Amino acid sequence: MSTNLIECKALTKHFLIKSFFREIGKVHAVEQVDLAIPEGQTVGLVGESGCGKTTLARTILALISPTSGEIYFNGKDISKFSKKELKAFRKDTAIVFQDPYSSLDPRMLIADVVGEPLSIHGIAHGEDRDDLVLNLLEKVGLKVEHLYRYPHEFSGGQRQRLAIARALAADPVFILLDEATSALDVSVQAKILNMLNRLKKELNLTYLFISHNLDVIRHLSDIIGVMYLGKIVEQGSREQVFDAPLHPYTQGLLSASPSLDPDARSRTRDVVLKGEVPSAINPPPGCRFHTRCPSMRPICAKKPPKLKDIEGGHLVSCHFAGCV
Amino acid sequence: METANVLLAVENLKTQFFTYGGVVEALDEVSFGIIEGEVFGLVGESGCGKSVTASSILGLVQKPGKVISGRVLLDGDDLLQKTEKEMNAIRGSRISIIFQDPTSSLNPLFKIGYQVAEPYIYHQGKAKKAASNEAVSILKQTGLPDPRDKAKNYPHELSGGMRQRAMIAMALTCEPDLLIADEPTTNLDVTIERQILNLVKDLQEEFGTSVLWITHDLGVIAQICDRVAVMYAGSIVEQADVRTVFRSPKHPYTQKLLRAIPAADSAGENLEEIPGSVPRLINPPSGCRFHPRCDHATSVCSEKKPIELEVSPGHTVACHLF
Repeated sequence: MSTNLIECKALTKHFLIKSFFREIGKVHAVEQVDLAIPEGQTVGLVGESGCGKTTLARTILALISPTSGEIYFNGKDISKFSKKELKAFRKDTAIVFQDPYSSLDPRMLIADVVGEPLSIHGIAHGEDRDDLVLNLLEKVGLKVEHLYRYPHEFSGGQRQRLAIARALAADPVFILLDEATSALDVSVQAKILNMLNRLKKELNLTYLFISHNLDVIRHLSDIIGVMYLGKIVEQGSREQVFDAPLHPYTQGLLSASPSLDPDARSRTRDVVLKGEVPSAINPPPGCRFHTRCPSMRPICAKKPPKLKDIEGGHLVSCHFAGCV
Repeated sequence: METANVLLAVENLKTQFFTYGGVVEALDEVSFGIIEGEVFGLVGESGCGKSVTASSILGLVQKPGKVISGRVLLDGDDLLQKTEKEMNAIRGSRISIIFQDPTSSLNPLFKIGYQVAEPYIYHQGKAKKAASNEAVSILKQTGLPDPRDKAKNYPHELSGGMRQRAMIAMALTCEPDLLIADEPTTNLDVTIERQILNLVKDLQEEFGTSVLWITHDLGVIAQICDRVAVMYAGSIVEQADVRTVFRSPKHPYTQKLLRAIPAADSAGENLEEIPGSVPRLINPPSGCRFHPRCDHATSVCSEKKPIELEVSPGHTVACHLF
């Protein structure tokens, strides 16, 4: 068993809603989440929009501070990092965003876009830096002639390659991929996914991959966490979550995902989740999923279920896990 | 199938955009037919001309774009020859469209109920009161919760899924012969997408409407369509019923595209890559537009545009291999 690179314990993030300096409510974006990211593995977080995937990930990277709970990086509590330690942490972690059109500065040359982390962390300057940038560009399948161009001269797929090159610049050990392939066409997505897998092996990286696309999550992840309204409802290995889902939400999500098999139609039409995701400002009491759950029972509206280990690391948060 | 009634026949449609950078050959001789009561899928990657096809059918191609040649026959009547006034009577009544983004296609200043009632007033000459009652009943059919209250809401007060239901209600008000759905579920979450897919399928069966479903998502195509046309760089490369396209695709592009999608058994393995990238449509590749990226390309591919050939009944492929 490999060691955990990142570990969150009871992580909670609430956003306050203020009006005229008074607090009038809060968004329960992430609630009591425990998540471990083992070194060298890819953890996939999947869930619908607004379920707290991105908030969780940004809290892990110390981009926003948690309301309560702890995050450990290599066994150290990141909230107690000194300025120097935080800078080292920033060097060890990187992020690739969804939209490569807004994540690259349109006024910067590619050499500067990709080279900026190298300057900030004092790794290389001047011509040395350009050599390193060229190296990075080659790693992501771009060429020397791309060095002195502007982002608008690149296609969506190429921009995402640039964003990945920038993420790799300071030689990180952990990369957060926040919907990194969601804006791309399938043929471009295939290339980026293959590249991410190759880079992970070559550079011994650890990924946290966030997506709403179940096919992509299954393809890339070793461990999968399914989120619903700020909570992880099911977590386990790829086989556990995809082949034997135990939480009714995971089951609904999997059956809703459009299958490539035209003959699978009649089967999938039966299990349809009704209604929409409730607001995170006033999440339902008890199990947050009970308002949409096809097998809801009275206890679900009263008592929130705990994330329990059903077998061999397959965690499910449902009062009736395995019985429904 | 031969005896079935073709509702909409698109023949050799050629649409171009005259920009300062050059002529964008967006559609290159696109032909297909939609049979009464079927869901016809048009699938392809961004920029392949799916949406231009939709706007060409509806006569909504804006300057600098222009439909150069071809015919769009609705029940044998060429829509491209119609005047703007005649088209206005057809749009929303005989052919209607649902767009990808319900937020920008609903007017933020009018209540949902009025916007849905508008086609009744405009096309059927109903009184305001009667029209708004009709609007509530069609909103109810689309599964919108408390339709009477929601009709009094403005678009921003509804969620994305609800807005899309309102759009569908609006599109179905006049019981159109043809519904064009241009990526209507792309912005929605999977569970909501599933609800909308089932809704359109149920309503389509109830009203007997034909549907032209435009999407980049092959999964959605597999779930909802009867027949499919695969587009690449402005041309249709393959057309067949949905099972044939997924079980035995013939065109190299279709084959590669299907293998590029992560599947249940692909984990840990490399996905199929299509070398190169989609060409620009100003000066597109000569001959077959796919030839620079095709493994099977020969000299004839760069010289001559392949014609669509029927390889088996109802299955046409535009490729020199056949």
